Amino acid sequence: MQPTFSSSRILLPVRPWFIFLSLIVALLLNLLPTAHWPGMPDWVALVLCFWGVREFRRVGMGWAFILGLLMDVADGSVLGQHCFAYVLLAFLSASQSRRLLWFPLLQQALQVLPLLLLTQLIQLLMRLAVGAEFPGWSYFIGPFVASLLWIPATFILLLPQYQPVEQNPDRPI
Amino acid sequence: MAGIDHAPPPFFKQGPAPLALLTFYILISLAIFVVDLRFRSLDLLRQSVALVVDPVQRVAQTPGSLVDYARNYLQGMRLLQSENDELRHAKLNTAPNLLRLEQLEAENERLRKLLVVKEREQAKGQVAQILYTARDPFSRKVIVDKGQQSGIVAGQPAIDEAGVVGQVTRVFPFSTEITLITDKDQAVPVQIVRTGQRSVVFGLGNGQLELRYMPANADVQVGDVLVTSGLDSVYLQGFPVATVVNIEREGAYSFARIFAAPIAGVENFGEVMILDPRQPLPPPPPAAQGRGTDGSDKPGVRPKKKRAAKGN
Repeated sequence: MQPTFSSSRILLPVRPWFIFLSLIVALLLNLLPTAHWPGMPDWVALVLCFWGVREFRRVGMGWAFILGLLMDVADGSVLGQHCFAYVLLAFLSASQSRRLLWFPLLQQALQVLPLLLLTQLIQLLMRLAVGAEFPGWSYFIGPFVASLLWIPATFILLLPQYQPVEQNPDRPI
Repeated sequence: MAGIDHAPPPFFKQGPAPLALLTFYILISLAIFVVDLRFRSLDLLRQSVALVVDPVQRVAQTPGSLVDYARNYLQGMRLLQSENDELRHAKLNTAPNLLRLEQLEAENERLRKLLVVKEREQAKGQVAQILYTARDPFSRKVIVDKGQQSGIVAGQPAIDEAGVVGQVTRVFPFSTEITLITDKDQAVPVQIVRTGQRSVVFGLGNGQLELRYMPANADVQVGDVLVTSGLDSVYLQGFPVATVVNIEREGAYSFARIFAAPIAGVENFGEVMILDPRQPLPPPPPAAQGRGTDGSDKPGVRPKKKRAAKGN
């Protein structure tokens, strides 16, 4: 696989433990006290979306569901709220992955934004439907920040898969 | 792993179709959403998942609490000294009342015994440290560091040094979730100190409280202090809850809109005291049965008055 489909660079295959580690780190970032700052992105949604686009064979809706359950318990929100949003996010990012990776990074970020906004919007609608108070428009800043973070996230999460630039000509891959 | 000559690699085996999987997971999500919200019967699932999440959460909170600790530590002698002075001053100010409190309580008890009124319950409890506020932006909850292993059960009230903070809503093995009184629709039965009128104060979800179902001509003034009325068998009587800050009386509505601000440091970090559950109220007299919920809390008071009258 390449960094984007139009790139000629070929990546090493992803290591499953790295996917697992990155998701755990994202969960940890979500649980930091900084999560209360306005405009903090939902890290789990971002990383889940990234792996959903990149490796939808490995990170599917089952992972999304489990992570959603963990987030629900950690947040103290109603069970099933994050599950629903994350499962839908995993499905949509998998279905977008063939198309998304043809674009340069900035445009990828722009196309990821609706997915992340939808994740947030679904949670809002679910809670409003059962009588919660609207938490204010700052609730929607997070997805914008997250979609900007798509660019550095791509670099960091693909880092273990890059090969050295000077290669042995006898072994091109 | 199968060798090349045993079986073809499963290129086309990808499990169920994505759309089927999506439908399956979404149905499960919606099901547990409804069950958790309406029937509250998924506490076991929540507790077992919490056992996994809780250590991660505590690790995640460590840097923040270390920074806090360092800041407190480095604030130095001067602040501590001034605080110490202030506290000593405050202690001296309250000394006359405090010194007489014991005597007053003894006197009160004796008088109550004379009147054959049930003795007032003593407030006892355990101090718990607030670990973090729940991340959910739709609700106002904090997590404290005592749980089932300290014998805490759902429903216990939590107070701080100024007044009522909230109520225990979920208990995990090593932590407890306290819903603050400012959470949307969290209700506390109160009494206005000045007039003695009973009512119920509800959280609004934005840090304020609202005194609902008070008639437009009710005797409420800005600055009135609301204390717990003790009619719910949850909160003990007399803990400060809120002060009235704003009253909107409109002729179009039959109820006045009365807003109050919590007295306790509800949004602060620090320590809270989780009070032990109250002893159950005496059973209501048979005549009062079959009435609405509003009437059900009165019978607890009524026999006292009758007995008090007899005592006289």
